[in-house]
Amino acid sequence: MTSSVTLERHKYDVLIIGAGGAGLRAAVEAREAGLSVAIICKSLFGKAHTVMAEGGAAASMGNVNDNDSWMVHFRDTMRGGKFLNHYRMAELHAKEAPDRIWELEMWGALFDRTKEGKISQRNFGGHEYPRLAHVGDRTGLEIIRTMQQKIVQLQQKDGREFGDMEAKIKVFAECTITEILKENGKISGAYGYWRETGAEVLFEAPAVVIATGGVGKTFKITSNSWEGTGDGHALALKAGANLVDMEFLQFHPTGMVWPPSVRGILVTESVRGEGGILTNSEGERFMFKYIPDVFKDKYADNEAEADRWYEDQDNNRRPPELLPRDEVARAINSEVKAGRGTEHGGVFLDVSKRIPAEVIKKRLPSMWHQFYELAGVDITKEAMEVGPTCHYVMGGVEVDPDSAAAIGVPGLFAAGEVAGGMHGSNRLGGNSLTDLLVFGRRAGAGAAEYVKNNGANPVSDAAIKSAADRIEAPFSRAGGENSYSLHAELQEVTHNLVGIIRTRVELEKAIEMIADIRARSKNVAVSGGRKFNPGFHLAFDLDNMLLVAESTAKSALLREESRGGHTRDDFPGMNPKWRQLNQIASFDGDKVNIKSQALPAIRKELFDLFDIHELEKYMTPEEIAKGGSN
Amino acid sequence: MARKLNLRIWRGDSTDGGLKDVQVDVNEGEVVLDVIHRVQATQMGDLAVRWNCKAGKCGSCSMEINGKPRLACMTQVASFDENETITITPLRAFPIIKDLVADVSFNYKKAMEIPAYEPPKNLAPGEARMEQIDVERSQEFRKCIECFLCQNTCHVIRDHEENKKSFAGPRFFIRIAELDMHPLDILKNRKRTAQEEHGLGMCNITKCCTEVCPEHIRITDNAIIPMKERVVDIKYDPARMFAGLLKREKRN
Amino acid sequence: MSGVFSPTRANIKERTLRTDKWWLEPAITFGVLFSFVIYATFRAFEGANYYKDHLISPFYSPCLSEACVPEATIFGWTPVSAQIFNFALSPALIILIFPLGFRMTCYYYRKAYYRAFWLSPPACAVAEPHTKYTGETRAPLILQNAHRWFFYAGLVFNVFLTYDAIISFKSVEGEWGHMSVGTVVLLVSSTLLWFYSLSCHTCRHTIGGRLKHFSAHPVRYKLWTWVSALNHKHQQFAWYSLAGVAFADIYVRQVATGAWTNFYFF
Ligand SMILES: Cc1cc2nc3c(=O)[nH]c(=O)nc-3n(C[C@H](O)[C@H](O)[C@H](O)COP(=O)(O)OP(=O)(O)OC[C@H]3O[C@@H](n4cnc5c(N)ncnc54)[C@H](O)[C@@H]3O)c2cc1C
Ligand code: SF4
Ligand code: SF4
Ligand code: FES
Ligand code: FES
Repeated sequence: MTSSVTLERHKYDVLIIGAGGAGLRAAVEAREAGLSVAIICKSLFGKAHTVMAEGGAAASMGNVNDNDSWMVHFRDTMRGGKFLNHYRMAELHAKEAPDRIWELEMWGALFDRTKEGKISQRNFGGHEYPRLAHVGDRTGLEIIRTMQQKIVQLQQKDGREFGDMEAKIKVFAECTITEILKENGKISGAYGYWRETGAEVLFEAPAVVIATGGVGKTFKITSNSWEGTGDGHALALKAGANLVDMEFLQFHPTGMVWPPSVRGILVTESVRGEGGILTNSEGERFMFKYIPDVFKDKYADNEAEADRWYEDQDNNRRPPELLPRDEVARAINSEVKAGRGTEHGGVFLDVSKRIPAEVIKKRLPSMWHQFYELAGVDITKEAMEVGPTCHYVMGGVEVDPDSAAAIGVPGLFAAGEVAGGMHGSNRLGGNSLTDLLVFGRRAGAGAAEYVKNNGANPVSDAAIKSAADRIEAPFSRAGGENSYSLHAELQEVTHNLVGIIRTRVELEKAIEMIADIRARSKNVAVSGGRKFNPGFHLAFDLDNMLLVAESTAKSALLREESRGGHTRDDFPGMNPKWRQLNQIASFDGDKVNIKSQALPAIRKELFDLFDIHELEKYMTPEEIAKGGSN
Repeated sequence: MARKLNLRIWRGDSTDGGLKDVQVDVNEGEVVLDVIHRVQATQMGDLAVRWNCKAGKCGSCSMEINGKPRLACMTQVASFDENETITITPLRAFPIIKDLVADVSFNYKKAMEIPAYEPPKNLAPGEARMEQIDVERSQEFRKCIECFLCQNTCHVIRDHEENKKSFAGPRFFIRIAELDMHPLDILKNRKRTAQEEHGLGMCNITKCCTEVCPEHIRITDNAIIPMKERVVDIKYDPARMFAGLLKREKRN
Repeated sequence: MSGVFSPTRANIKERTLRTDKWWLEPAITFGVLFSFVIYATFRAFEGANYYKDHLISPFYSPCLSEACVPEATIFGWTPVSAQIFNFALSPALIILIFPLGFRMTCYYYRKAYYRAFWLSPPACAVAEPHTKYTGETRAPLILQNAHRWFFYAGLVFNVFLTYDAIISFKSVEGEWGHMSVGTVVLLVSSTLLWFYSLSCHTCRHTIGGRLKHFSAHPVRYKLWTWVSALNHKHQQFAWYSLAGVAFADIYVRQVATGAWTNFYFF
């Protein structure tokens, strides 16, 4: 136990938890607004999830097809999310994304170029026009590195001004936050430990931005790294914020399935964007069978037209491989269940037939590398085996779209994957990277504004003591549960009972089992010392994952329809009534409670961007008659 | 098909440590990081190791495997002989923290010393035009995943602690080259500072950085040697010396 | 204790834990280069057996000394005296500095001999024996930056050696239009030298590498891509051309001493 006298303390204006795209963009904004900023992350600086994003960042710059505009992007986003998106977030995102990309270029990013020397854009599932700014298939790396280097630039500027590069913006890497602290109902800081030493540390700050990314590690097969344990979701819940729509998880249709050790690792959607086709073990290009009615007029129903689309996009409908991810994931799931899967339980994804080997290596270099080195497959010659993997959580902290302020907790902000609402029931590929930038910036600005109006809010000793006690607890227990095996158990439950296809009975069982694991987790004991001890780290991550899993299972049980990243076997099909409702999760200190809450009605001028016939597929006649709000 | 694998893993911290023998199951297709995780989950709960992506994209899992600096997530167990004992140690050029985790903060300090990108003053966002052929050279260097294997292998600092203060290392030579070749960067003195402040001259182009780079960036051929040549341009070029051009180019 | 044995580093006694044959490559490099140096030194001082029937050894070309056999000179041009301070200089010694300097300062050979002779480092992740290291920052190694000077000189030499190869299309009687095994040997050796020079890093830099905007110089960009492709194989060209020169010299010497007969195809 660390006494409050020796406790390491830091004071900042804004605390940013998470050094992915969202966190770093927020940090830049807050610093440029003149505030002092601490960035905290669990891994080394520059290793956050964002680094793994491959395909690209969606922004309607119109560099490749100048028919594109924010309106088209907005429509695609709403469609992709099955109209459950918070319209205002989708609007802000579509409008501001191009500026955020151009801004990166001013900071030194080097995107691939068009012939005219502009930023090149590629096709992606659900996007009507080529829209994804990209660098080969390592776009996330480019974005995170650019921002990392932007932060260095700000530090160099501070160095010239204050004689210390870290005077106003400092990165605390390999440090885990275990608790967000409040005094008098407002944010006062955060508490955590250094992974390296296990020593505890207190950050005092009137504003906290949560940018902790996703929850994939709650599931067994996932594209996420160990960091994706839903810390921010849980921290926010415990601090009194709400989570919205936690039932919506994106299972990316194409994860690796073989060998077992790489199961779940992502195969980027660009493989399909560049012309990859999906076939089952009978050699059938099966996606033509799975085009849902709402998409019939946008997707080709025969191979000839689908093939022509790559050359002439104005006069042909797109191939069904490029349907939104939820559709493709379910299709693959059905094929495998029907016994038409590959030997290892996936389907085939093939680029080798359509694209020459050199082009594959140039456009998809890291995919080539990944398959060659990890699976011994040369994708320029053979097909890949792929299957669904848990990839992204659409649900997250309920925020005010314009400032990214968490509803209900003054001083708390959330941006990036951890925030909810933007993507509705399903996220389009490429929309996350620009989401990080758009709302990261807004969160930084929102926090800066809040700090200027509110000032410091000192942390009390009582708050410190209770946070410290929690960290000490697992060490003082002897012979309790092992966190590794509890984690494996939880993953088994979520995978089997809260996965791609859900039913009431299974969800009820899952809720019970999660509660049981949670009860036993109170008994987790840790072997070894505090110094860089993964067992100890997992004990805390586990607690967060359990809260996330509970929120997901409970929200999923309530939502009696199938939509986007939530499929109920017992309630197939969308129900316009449910489209009007969000599921809001909150925490009472003991368990997660869910309530339904009306979705804000879409503004009239945005409503008018859509064809009425399209809206009829999603909305009730009364809603259509109203024609949006003012 | 599981089989038994013999490992020697370095365990310890800055006070002491040594190689510990362990036996662990290994399945077909597994990489070294998988077996380390199995050791962690079944035998050594507090074995420290860094990793994130498990796909060679983040550069976290750098360590030395049978003495060679590598990414554990990209090293197939099958690439070793069946009855070979695999020795795993932390990076040896940096201070040790614990077990397989080394203190790589040196690299982040150096990153802060490289002058940032400087765009033209009057360029508005969205107006930049760059040809693909002009950005390609720098793009190669931007593939860097900051695994710091090159830094770890470079004998200039691996074998000479005292050089750390005056040597940025290959990772940052490619950063300097990237900026010097960036079509829009306007900062003029990168070549001179590379030589005079960041220790480009310390590199004796023995190419170990290139040998270990998991991204296959041709660090020496495409960044270090071209930078050395650019330094020659402004400092040692015969033609320029005789033409008296040297003075004028000093500002570069 | 410095380097990998510094007190802050993980406590490991071995200089390296590599289990492969890391010492093989430096050992071979050492062997080959060392033999070449011994042979070249012997030949440079020999001062004889470098010319026979329009075949001249590359070690002795261009032959600029008054001591040269007249047929080996370039139209009898001998600007350099045969003796310096009463010391008889072999014609090879006068010009040796250029090809030698070119190779000594070559980026590839630097790597090869720093590893094989200096053991700095002997191989990657194998601790080097030296306690101090300053790289190429001070004398004498700072002189490596003179590579460009030698590169230009090397080009001039390539012209001479190509000229020699052309001359070897003469018959013993001096009639054009004939060709012998010697012709092939000289042609191959001079061609390899061109590849060696063209693939040089300095060449790659001057031809286009130094530009910031390739798009503004399409021709130089094209040349740069070609040179870059050759540069990829610079190490191979370095060895092939070395072998080529050595063999050309051996061949000429054998013919000159009468040990071998130069066979004429036509
Ligand atoms: C393999 C893969 C490919 C993808 N490809 C694309 C793509 O092509 N296009 C696209 O738009 N999206 C893509 N995505 C999705 C996108 O990358 C992520 O949604 C996005 O990067 C999330 O960014 P973030 O800033 O919200 O959080 P992250 O980048 O996940 O960063 C989270 C940060 O929070 C820190 N953190 C977490 N918990 C704590 C704690 N308790 N204390 C301190 N710090 C903490 C972490 O250390 C980390 O720094 C992909 C995702 C994956 C996994
Ligand atoms: S080539 Fe230079 S930078 Fe690279 S490892 Fe060798 S000495 Fe270090
Ligand atoms: S240059 Fe290569 S070896 Fe060095 S840090 Fe980057 S990726 Fe790693
Ligand atoms: S874990 Fe990311 S590179 Fe190995
Ligand atoms: S000759 Fe080898 S680099 Fe110039």
